[in-house]
Amino acid sequence: MTKAPGITLNGQASIEGRQLFAPLTLSLDAGRWTCLLGGSGVGKTTVLRLLADLPTGAEFDGEITATDGAPVAERIAYMAQDDLLLPWATVEKNMALGARLRGQAADTARLERLLERCGLQEHRFKKPSELSGGQRQRVALARTLMEDKPIILLDEPFSALDAQTRAAMQDLAVELLDGRTVMVVTHDPGEAARLGHAIHVMTPAGLTAVTPPKADVPRAVEALETLTCQSDLLKLLMGQAA
Amino acid sequence: MKVFPAVAATLFALTVWQVIVSLTDLPRFILPGPSLVAETWWTNRWVIAEHTLVTAKEVIIGLAIGTALGIVTALQLATSKTARMLVQPILVFTQALPVFALAPILTLWMGFGLWSKIAMAVLIIYFPVTSAFFDGLMRTPPGYLDLAKTMQASPNRILWHIRVPAALPNLGAGVRLAAVYAPIGAVIGEWVGASQGLGYLMLLANGRAKTDLMFAAMLTLGVLSVLLYVMVAKLTRHLGDRET
Repeated sequence: MTKAPGITLNGQASIEGRQLFAPLTLSLDAGRWTCLLGGSGVGKTTVLRLLADLPTGAEFDGEITATDGAPVAERIAYMAQDDLLLPWATVEKNMALGARLRGQAADTARLERLLERCGLQEHRFKKPSELSGGQRQRVALARTLMEDKPIILLDEPFSALDAQTRAAMQDLAVELLDGRTVMVVTHDPGEAARLGHAIHVMTPAGLTAVTPPKADVPRAVEALETLTCQSDLLKLLMGQAA
Repeated sequence: MKVFPAVAATLFALTVWQVIVSLTDLPRFILPGPSLVAETWWTNRWVIAEHTLVTAKEVIIGLAIGTALGIVTALQLATSKTARMLVQPILVFTQALPVFALAPILTLWMGFGLWSKIAMAVLIIYFPVTSAFFDGLMRTPPGYLDLAKTMQASPNRILWHIRVPAALPNLGAGVRLAAVYAPIGAVIGEWVGASQGLGYLMLLANGRAKTDLMFAAMLTLGVLSVLLYVMVAKLTRHLGDRET
């Protein structure tokens, strides 16, 4: 992996002349976790898709830059709420999808290491339909890591999981994505409070930065400062809804 | 297929048929009963077998050619905007034409032999196969395409590694439909002009008021079609679970 850069997105977006989000500046610190928290329809997923250079259906007026000046989109790996595992391919084939799509040989040493670290060795020859939701999301995380990119974009990656599986996945993700520039789009204040080195609440008016708890991520779910931060974030979100 | 329901349904149909024949007392050249048809079938079994072989050959070759053409066309349409613009309207329009009306001209062009019947079968199944596979290719879950794009995949590799495998179940459905239609195409070809085949035999029997033989040939065709469908269904069931 090349050294993780910081990223800045600066601009506004509209859909057919109607403003999707007002002019904003979002900075992702190099090698840190940034959480973008917001309700449905405020354009947080659009921000992520702009960073990934994926089609958004919106017109973006602005720019995306990296601190090292190199292009951003080709250095990202992407993980969505839907695990996007190919149902006809085994776990290990799914993990190595990126290499196959580029016509390269998969890095087998890396594959073995990730199978082990994600606890997937016994499942390597299984099809996704034979796995539980949590296992499938672990495969998706392992596939994201097979790409070995310095920037990781996560779009509500754990929101379809039950509470205890979600907490375990968050711990695993923090451990494995260490040193990368990570952005998590989420609607869950608890997730933002646990994971964000920086937390931004996105509303139609723009971004509000919230000071995260001092503890290092992943923060303890039951710690008072995590819970306080979570409730502060929830108030911000509800104030916006009222 | 479950054996018991199939046997029960067959017995039920035969009983209803026999009851109608007994109650109405229709002459045998109007409606022969199942026992008479079975008897005729047995005495003519070698003749029927010979004609069945001819029809089966037409159907299987037609199915193979039609499926291959359908696959190639769908791939072309899915990968080229120009092809979609030029060919898609024509394809839809040809479906508005009664393909059966082409049977005489096909016989004129290709003669009384095998090929005019194969051509008829191909014409009938080409569209369902093309359309089913094309739909599948155009409806790849968008999340897969997003993922592939972030992985810097080329359109060609996305086609072979994602769009085609994701569309294989649709292709399977198209081919199963084709297996039902192909025998109809072949028989229509035979009706227009042939000296062999189950369609020819039916027409011949009908013309000589040998209604029992007509029924025997028709039921044989039905069994042939069902067998073909079951075979194709078995072959295509696992399309899409396989790795590419």
